[in-house]
Amino acid sequence: MLAYIMRRLGILLVILFGSSFILFNLAAISGDPLADLRISKDPNAKQQMAVLIRDLHLNVPPPIRYFLWLKGILGGLVGNLDFGKARDGQLVSTSIASAIPVTLRLISMATFTAIILGITIGIVTALRQYSRFDYAMTFVSFLLFSLPIFWVAVLLKEFMAIQFNNFLREPTVAPPWLIGLSLFSGIFWSAVIGGTRKRVWIVFGFAASISAALLTFLSLSKWFLNPGFGPITLLLIYIGVAFGVTQLSVGLNSRAALKSSLTMAALGIVFYFPVQKIFMAENKLLFFPLLVLVTIGLAVGVSFIFAKIDRGPTIRTTVISAAIMGLLMIIDKLMHTWKPYMENDAINARPVPTIGQTNALLEPGNYWLSTLDIVMHLILPTIALTAISFAGYIRYSRGTLLEVLNQDYIRTARAKGLTERTVIMRHAFRNTLIPLTTIIVVDIAGIVGGAIITERVFGWRGMGTLFNDAINRFDLNLLMGVFFLTASLAVLANLVADLLYSALDPRIRVNTQ
Amino acid sequence: MIFKNKNVPTNLDASNSETESLSQSQIVRRRFLHHRGAMVAIFALSAIIILVFSALELKLFGLKYRGWWKYNITDMPDLAYKECPGGTIGCPTMSLRPTFLGGAGIRFGEHPFGQDDVGHDYFALVMRGAQRSLLVTVIIGLVGGAIGTVVGAISGFYRGWVDAVLMRFTDFIITIPTLIIGSVIGYHFGNLGVTFLALYLGLFAWTGLSRLVRGEFLTLREREFVDAARVAGASNRRIIFKHILPNAVGVIIVSVTLLMSGAILLETALSYLGFGVVAPDVSLGVLISRYQEAFSTRPWLFWYPGIFIVAIALSINFIGDGLRDAFDPRQRRRITRKDRQQARVMKRKVAKDA
Repeated sequence: MLAYIMRRLGILLVILFGSSFILFNLAAISGDPLADLRISKDPNAKQQMAVLIRDLHLNVPPPIRYFLWLKGILGGLVGNLDFGKARDGQLVSTSIASAIPVTLRLISMATFTAIILGITIGIVTALRQYSRFDYAMTFVSFLLFSLPIFWVAVLLKEFMAIQFNNFLREPTVAPPWLIGLSLFSGIFWSAVIGGTRKRVWIVFGFAASISAALLTFLSLSKWFLNPGFGPITLLLIYIGVAFGVTQLSVGLNSRAALKSSLTMAALGIVFYFPVQKIFMAENKLLFFPLLVLVTIGLAVGVSFIFAKIDRGPTIRTTVISAAIMGLLMIIDKLMHTWKPYMENDAINARPVPTIGQTNALLEPGNYWLSTLDIVMHLILPTIALTAISFAGYIRYSRGTLLEVLNQDYIRTARAKGLTERTVIMRHAFRNTLIPLTTIIVVDIAGIVGGAIITERVFGWRGMGTLFNDAINRFDLNLLMGVFFLTASLAVLANLVADLLYSALDPRIRVNTQ
Repeated sequence: MIFKNKNVPTNLDASNSETESLSQSQIVRRRFLHHRGAMVAIFALSAIIILVFSALELKLFGLKYRGWWKYNITDMPDLAYKECPGGTIGCPTMSLRPTFLGGAGIRFGEHPFGQDDVGHDYFALVMRGAQRSLLVTVIIGLVGGAIGTVVGAISGFYRGWVDAVLMRFTDFIITIPTLIIGSVIGYHFGNLGVTFLALYLGLFAWTGLSRLVRGEFLTLREREFVDAARVAGASNRRIIFKHILPNAVGVIIVSVTLLMSGAILLETALSYLGFGVVAPDVSLGVLISRYQEAFSTRPWLFWYPGIFIVAIALSINFIGDGLRDAFDPRQRRRITRKDRQQARVMKRKVAKDA
């Protein structure tokens, strides 16, 4: 195994060396970094040129200059990594270090949502193969495949930001929208749940009327101006979470898991007001990890009380429910911050921004206001990136699950009388995740360098912007720095994906000779 | 709820077309022709191609064709503003709502897609943009497809050090993100014209395809019919072209279509960033990027090029899907409502007989 990894790492270094050499020379011969200074009338131009030539070693021909650059990179082996200087005299490593957190924030949320949504919808379409829902989702995923992201971004800015902000001035849902949204919800849920014609109509009726009632209530009570769950709604949602997670994780027949999840729901409500106090506390860095630990500890403790034997699945179920409940509590807190946020002068009652990472006018100091600000700035890019990438996950997970469902062990599982839930969740779903994991790992690495357009449309300053600047200004060191980082991530991710595959699937053996 | 649906038929008695004696290509053709999505897509794509290439003036090998549309991209008629709503300029004159529904009747008008800032006819611009985008797509597909097939075939067939060298070379190119290559190339060669840009992009777009073809060749070369050909004294060239390639053609065609649908988006993305097609030439990506700020005041400048991109990419994707279904030997025929009805009738009949 170790030999295999070492051999792969060796090949990886050779590949990185080769491709960086190709790119370096390609970029170096394709433009002159001094072109604008040569024609400049600035009296200092000569001096600036001399500085640039000295700093960037422009007097050395590219193939040899590459080795100067490589020397700086290899310095990383002895703890002295040097990406060289950018054209403006700044160190490339500083620019990259400030850009990485921005890009990570931009893509992590989108990747997470895309994975969860994509896999869920992919699995539902596979279980409902050749149904209308399947055809509709196939069409939607092809449509999303075919959309240029900047086009989607402009549409989102218009309809999700500008029009929504206008809507907030007078937050009542107009009747055509009410009818449209309710009909959509009815069609969606009846297609997902499926079944006989009668059941489809019943589900349609229920979903449409519940959505209509909910929307009317929200718009009449001016909920959009001052949103929030409040303890009672939260309790109802918690109970729903407890039942849902238990059904998916171990099945409702497991009374112990259900009871401990419901107990966590009750505890969540009991501690609702004390937790609000903690949320307002000064020292959040200390309290937050503590809160997470206490929640997990409580969940494990409660499952120990209810489950006497075979505690693993119960603990797992309870911890998952508790985590979702904790997340909901934070969302509730953020919703309660909405009103002061809207009333803030910097926001001026237009809360969905179309551009930027944060609102610079917002005075720092209030933790929840700035968190909400970050979240609001994330919304549009996240929707755009999710829409583009989750189509791929739908197709992959659908295809893989269909292949798995054709296997003999699924037939065996059904033949020995397991419930359909167990067959799908335990036998099929877990095997579907194996190839998906490898795809996800490679995707995450690729996306770090791949958000160039999104960053540009939404005015974020991350890795993509750096890269864009580097090309526009013939900034070779900056370009190579960005490339080196993304390329090493990509090849490393490929290695990790291969190793993960063989670790997850015992049938695959790595080639160790 | 999701898990309770057990009435999904898994295997139906398909005694009709699947058991007839047909050649492989006949089966593929028949399956493809029965794929409704792909058929609609082919129709839509041909309609777009005919519309786009017949509208404007074309010069081919000294032959000149005068397009049926009255304006060219360089013509600058007067900007229309009198009949435009809300004080905008250059609004579109096309109307699809008939008079009895309160619209202006179905008409094309003087400037169906409106006019740009200085009065250029936007219909002509969009047509030219779509021509450019289609051209780029086809060239990238051809160049990338050819290189990918050759590299994959050689390394899969000869294996050994040839394979090692070619695959390491492929890895080099895979490591460099496509957008980076595209930008470097586009930035510096974009002004040489759109054909040149597409050729260069094609030179770097073959990597995924070559890996697929190599895998296909690796398995096919171990099959009995290849051994038989070799025993009969066939040369390597004959084996590759006559025996292996026809069997790998499905994989190649499908991935070339996917390559092409990716190519049109790559071109628009590059043009959007300013590294692709440059002025005075236009492509759909250029048009969108130029007028994205105009969306709230003159949305038509933004809608029409976008709709053309989406329509072209969507059609290519659906054609690719149809081809994949047609070439996949494991693919069972889709179960239609007619099949279910037939199965029910059969079941009743069997029950009655018993």
